[in-house]
Amino acid sequence: MTFLVDRAVEERIRRLEIPFDRHGVDPFGISRAHLARFYTMLGWLYRRYFDVAVTGIEHVPARGRAMLVGNHSGGVALDGAMVLASLFFAMEPPRLGHGMAEKFLNRVPFASLWTSRLGHLTGLPEHAISLLEAERLLMVFPEGARGTAKLYGDRNSLVDFGTGFVRLALQARAPIIPFAFVGGGEAIPTVVNLVRLGRMVGVPYIPLTPWLVPVPRRTSLEVYYDAPILLEGTGNEEDEVIAGHVERVKARIRGLIESGVRIRRGKREAVHA
Amino acid sequence: MKVIVTGVVGKIGQLVAARLRSAGHTVVGIDRRPWPDAPADLELHRVDVRKRAAEDVFRHHRPDALIHMATVTHLTARSEDRDRINLHGTRAVWEACHRHGVKRAVFVGRHTYYGASHDSALYHHEDDPPMAVTTFPELADLVAADLYAGSALWRYPDIDTAVLRVCYTLGPTRTGTLAGYLRGPRVPTVLGFDPLFQFLADEDAAEAIALALEKGLRGVFNVAGPEPVPLGLLVKLAGRTQVPVPEVLFRLLLGRFGLPRLPPGALNHVKYPVVIDAAAFRAATDFTPRLDVDATIASFRAAPRVEAPPSSR
Repeated sequence: MTFLVDRAVEERIRRLEIPFDRHGVDPFGISRAHLARFYTMLGWLYRRYFDVAVTGIEHVPARGRAMLVGNHSGGVALDGAMVLASLFFAMEPPRLGHGMAEKFLNRVPFASLWTSRLGHLTGLPEHAISLLEAERLLMVFPEGARGTAKLYGDRNSLVDFGTGFVRLALQARAPIIPFAFVGGGEAIPTVVNLVRLGRMVGVPYIPLTPWLVPVPRRTSLEVYYDAPILLEGTGNEEDEVIAGHVERVKARIRGLIESGVRIRRGKREAVHA
Repeated sequence: MKVIVTGVVGKIGQLVAARLRSAGHTVVGIDRRPWPDAPADLELHRVDVRKRAAEDVFRHHRPDALIHMATVTHLTARSEDRDRINLHGTRAVWEACHRHGVKRAVFVGRHTYYGASHDSALYHHEDDPPMAVTTFPELADLVAADLYAGSALWRYPDIDTAVLRVCYTLGPTRTGTLAGYLRGPRVPTVLGFDPLFQFLADEDAAEAIALALEKGLRGVFNVAGPEPVPLGLLVKLAGRTQVPVPEVLFRLLLGRFGLPRLPPGALNHVKYPVVIDAAAFRAATDFTPRLDVDATIASFRAAPRVEAPPSSR
C-alpha cells in the first residue's frame, strides 16, 4: 500500500494511539491502509489547496476522551475534513478524530466502506458512547444536516442545536472542546439546495454554488479551538437543565465564530489596503 | 454431570460432546441424523426432539443438564420443518427439562438474531432488540426460538437457562454459514461495502458452550472470540479472491453460477456488520478463545476439502 500514500502520513499514522491489530485494523474496523490514503489526500487539501490556520489546538487533550463540538460551515463535509486534518497534522503526536456519519451514508456504496474504515461511524448515541469510552476523540456538529444546508448569507450563523450531544458528554464524562470553523461558506457558497433531486439519488440535498457543483473554491479557512468545558451531571437531567448546558456551549462557539469573522475581515482589509 | 445434547451430530455438537466427555461428563445425544462412528460411550438416540420418544430419553436418563443445538439454521431448507423444529422443538425440550428435573439448560443461538442493517449500532449488547425480524424475515423462527428459550427464565425459574448468541464459526470441517460463503475460490461481495465479520474457531465455540454449562450461567449472553475483521481482509486471509459485484448484479447472480439461492435479507449480511459485544460472557466464564483470527482462518484454510463432516475423533 504505497500507491498514493505519503510517507510522512504513514509515519504519523504509526504514532496514533489506536490499538491496531496485526492486520492494521482496530476494534471499530478502522484500517491503517485506508487512513494512509485518506490523510494523504486530506493533507494535500489542508496544506496546498486551502490555506488553513489553526488556533488553540493546545486545548485538544493529547490523549483520552473528548468531544469536539462546533459549527457547520460549507455545503459539504469540508468543515469536518479540515478539523480532522488539524487534529492529525497540527497535533504532536497526531490524533484521530471520529466524525458521526449521517445515516444515509451507510447505504451508499463506497461511502459505507470509507466511513467505516476511517472511523466515522453512523451517528448513533451508542457509537458516541463506545468511542468516548474507548478514549477516542469525537467530533460533533450539533446543527446536523440543517447546519450544512446553510446558504451563503447565513454562513456565519448558527442554526438550532440538537441536545443529545450534551447528554452523551455527561454520560461518558467527556470534556467538551468548543471549536469554530470559519470560511467554509466562502469556499462553498451555497445559493440553493436541491432537496428533491437529492432525495432521488439518496442524499438529503444537493447544494448548488454560483459555479453549480459544490467544488470548494480555493480560499483561506480558519479553525479555532477553545478551552474545554467540563459539565457536571449524569446525562439524565431534565430538558431545561440540558438546554442550559447546550446554550453555554453554543454561546462559546458563537463567540469563537464572531472573533474569527472579525479577524478574517481584518486580514482581508489588510490585504486590500 | 449427565448432559443431553440435542443436535449432537452437527459439527459443533460433536465437538461439544467431545469436550464434555473429556471433562468427565456423560453425554446422551439426541439427533435425527446418523453418526456412524460415534464414540462408544456416547448413547445416541435417533429421535425427533419434538416427539414423545425424545421425552422418553429425558425420563429414562434423568439428566442434570441440557444443551439444545437442534435448530435448523441454513436457509436452503426453508420448509415448514424449519419452523417446527426451531420453535416447537425448543418448547418441547424445555418442557421436558421442567418435567424431569433438569437443573441447567443451554440454548445455542446465533448472533444473526440482531440482524444487519445500515442504521444499527456496531456492537450489539444482549438487550438490543432483534432487528433480524424486519431486515431478514426468514430468520424470524430463530429469533422466536431465542426469545422463547429466554422466556424459560421466568417460565421455569427452577432451571438455570442460558441463551447463547454465538457469532459465526469457522474451522477445519468447513461447515456453517460463513464457511459455506467462503467455500469457493472466488467470493462475491457487494461493491462498495466491506462489513466487519466476527467469527470463532469451531473448537472455541464448543469450549464456550461447555463453559456456559459448567459455570451454570443464567441469562442471555453474546459469545464471540477474536476482534472482528473486515470481510475483504477475511477473504484475502482465507486465500480466496474477492469479487466485488455491484448490488444490482449481485441480486441477479444469487441462485446462479454456483451461488446459493438466498432471500433478499441475506444481502444485508454481506453489506452491513453484525458484531456483538461479548464482554458479559467473558466476565462470567473467563472464556478466552484459544485461536486468534489468523489461526482460525488457517485452520479453515489448511483443512482438506471434504464432502461429509468427519467425526470429532
